[in-house]
Amino acid sequence: MTLLSVEGLTIDLPGRQPGLVEDVSFQVSEGRSTALIGESGCGKTLTSMSILGLLPAAVRVTAGSVWFDGVDLLTCTPRQLRRIRGGPVGMVFQEPMSSLNPTMTVGDQIAEARRLHLGERRGAALARARELLERVGIPNAARRIGAYPHEMSGGMQQRVMIAAAIACEPKLVIADEPTTALDVTIQAEILALLRDLQRDLDLAVLLVTHDLGVVADFCDEVVVMYAGHIAERTTVDRLFYDPGHPYSSALLAAVPQSGQARSRLTVIPGRVPSAGGFPAGCRFEPRCAHAVEHCREPQPDALLGEGHRTRCGRVASGDLTLKGAGRG
Amino acid sequence: MSTRMIIRRLGGGLLVLWLVSILTFLLVHLIPGDPAEVIAGENATTADVERIRTQLGLDRPVLAQYVTWLSGVLRGDLGKSLFTDKSVLTSIAEVAPPTLVITVMAIVLAVLVGVSAGIVAGLTQGGRLDRLVSTLATLGIAMPSFWLGLVLVSVFSLTNTWLPATGYADLGEGFGTWLSHVILPSTALGLATAAELARHTRGCVADVLTRPYVRTARARGASGGWLVRRHILRNAAIPVVTVLGLQAGRLLGGAIVIEAVFGISGLGTLAVNAVLQRNYPVIQGYVLLCAVVVVLMNLIVDLAYGWINPKVRTA
Repeated sequence: MTLLSVEGLTIDLPGRQPGLVEDVSFQVSEGRSTALIGESGCGKTLTSMSILGLLPAAVRVTAGSVWFDGVDLLTCTPRQLRRIRGGPVGMVFQEPMSSLNPTMTVGDQIAEARRLHLGERRGAALARARELLERVGIPNAARRIGAYPHEMSGGMQQRVMIAAAIACEPKLVIADEPTTALDVTIQAEILALLRDLQRDLDLAVLLVTHDLGVVADFCDEVVVMYAGHIAERTTVDRLFYDPGHPYSSALLAAVPQSGQARSRLTVIPGRVPSAGGFPAGCRFEPRCAHAVEHCREPQPDALLGEGHRTRCGRVASGDLTLKGAGRG
Repeated sequence: MSTRMIIRRLGGGLLVLWLVSILTFLLVHLIPGDPAEVIAGENATTADVERIRTQLGLDRPVLAQYVTWLSGVLRGDLGKSLFTDKSVLTSIAEVAPPTLVITVMAIVLAVLVGVSAGIVAGLTQGGRLDRLVSTLATLGIAMPSFWLGLVLVSVFSLTNTWLPATGYADLGEGFGTWLSHVILPSTALGLATAAELARHTRGCVADVLTRPYVRTARARGASGGWLVRRHILRNAAIPVVTVLGLQAGRLLGGAIVIEAVFGISGLGTLAVNAVLQRNYPVIQGYVLLCAVVVVLMNLIVDLAYGWINPKVRTA
């Protein structure tokens, strides 16, 4: 069952053309996890922020809809939106240190959603916050409840963020690069925690990341974004074995392989164009190893197979077959 | 805030006061020539000079003088005024209430008006209210307090005879009478500080609004008054409290001018007269009192800072 459906989402910086994010559509199903992947500056964070209406003031959604539970979050009343924020949809941010209020105890921050949404009193909400801290693997929860964020390590802070996000038993958690600011060993722990919670609470997760390893470990479906467009949408298996867009295969090739010491690290030449400097045709064309003349014309979104869409005309017409990487 | 922190801050304050006591004491000795002769003035007889010399103990070694003076100060004995028979402490205690009341009222007014205007402006950034507050704040900072005092008197005491133009009334003479005498001077004194606080608070609130934790709170469903009270104000208050601490000392000094404008005999008048008459014991007492007040204010600010900012508490 589809839980969240983003349709034709376009995000603009008023006064500038073209859009920062253009015609983005994807679904997140109940209990499943979907990755939103791409390099920095591809619009994945903007897309995830727009779902709960948390975009910076200068940036506007100019077209599209975001359906959640029968409500279009882009046109609903502020009151309806508030009921969904932190209730059925929880959110985890990058950089837990700056995303937690430095003057509020972690207990109060976890308890906040329960007080706001369930009208619980502070005592009851804090008792529940203690259980949540235990659930996310923080030892000594009863004592930690009164601690301030700066008294904790980055990994612990991110556990607190997760505890706060699941405080009201949400159906969907949006996690924006939840492990990017953390040490590698801590990243694995946080991902393992998210996976456990997803299974136990039957959570749907929208995971924003630039790390294909995280995608392989964690996700069922994947949305590859490039320069404000969706390049490819497919299952994680298909992405790794049979990518449908040259950008996806280039990303796969750029993952360092363990067990292949001294091999050359493949990179994608050039960088993501900034909004306003997007090419008129395929946006990846200037950096693409497979580009031909015809790629300079706008590329339509094409269906490759069930649930597999690409914006590459050459792949869609059978002109180009790409090499997958296999998993791991 | 931990007890250790409080003790450390107290220790720092005491150290400052001790340094101030040395400087204050040396005041007399920094006068060029023979202090006793200078203090006595040009037309003094030799007997007068000798009297002053013994009264001030200027015939003894400097260190011994300091020890005697300091032990007196610690017992509350600041010496005697050179021209009246009153002790310095009594002279100060007699005139201190109007000054302190006006200063405290000015601070209260500045905090109430300045902080709330700043919050409103910060929350409605770029809006009409924000522009109004910012314009008024710039005006408020630009207006000298004595000029503002004169304008207030002309509007509220001369054109309309709503409030007395000069003088001070004790609280004992009735709350209404007291308030009517206090309200104009404290407004004149506190408005610049209110403007300063408004500008600062506005900036701090606007800054906090861009912080990721405010977005997190919104993502949790917080909004309106809940968001402002729990997430914005406390974080915005941290730098504002620092500014308030700095302003407190300035206000005490500014009170001298305001006393002159409103014809109130307070600490400022006492200090100015003491300087004109070279009444050194009184000057010393006044300087020490100001130092104590400023150190106390800073201590209060530090404590408030620790209460607001948990990072300082454990540091």
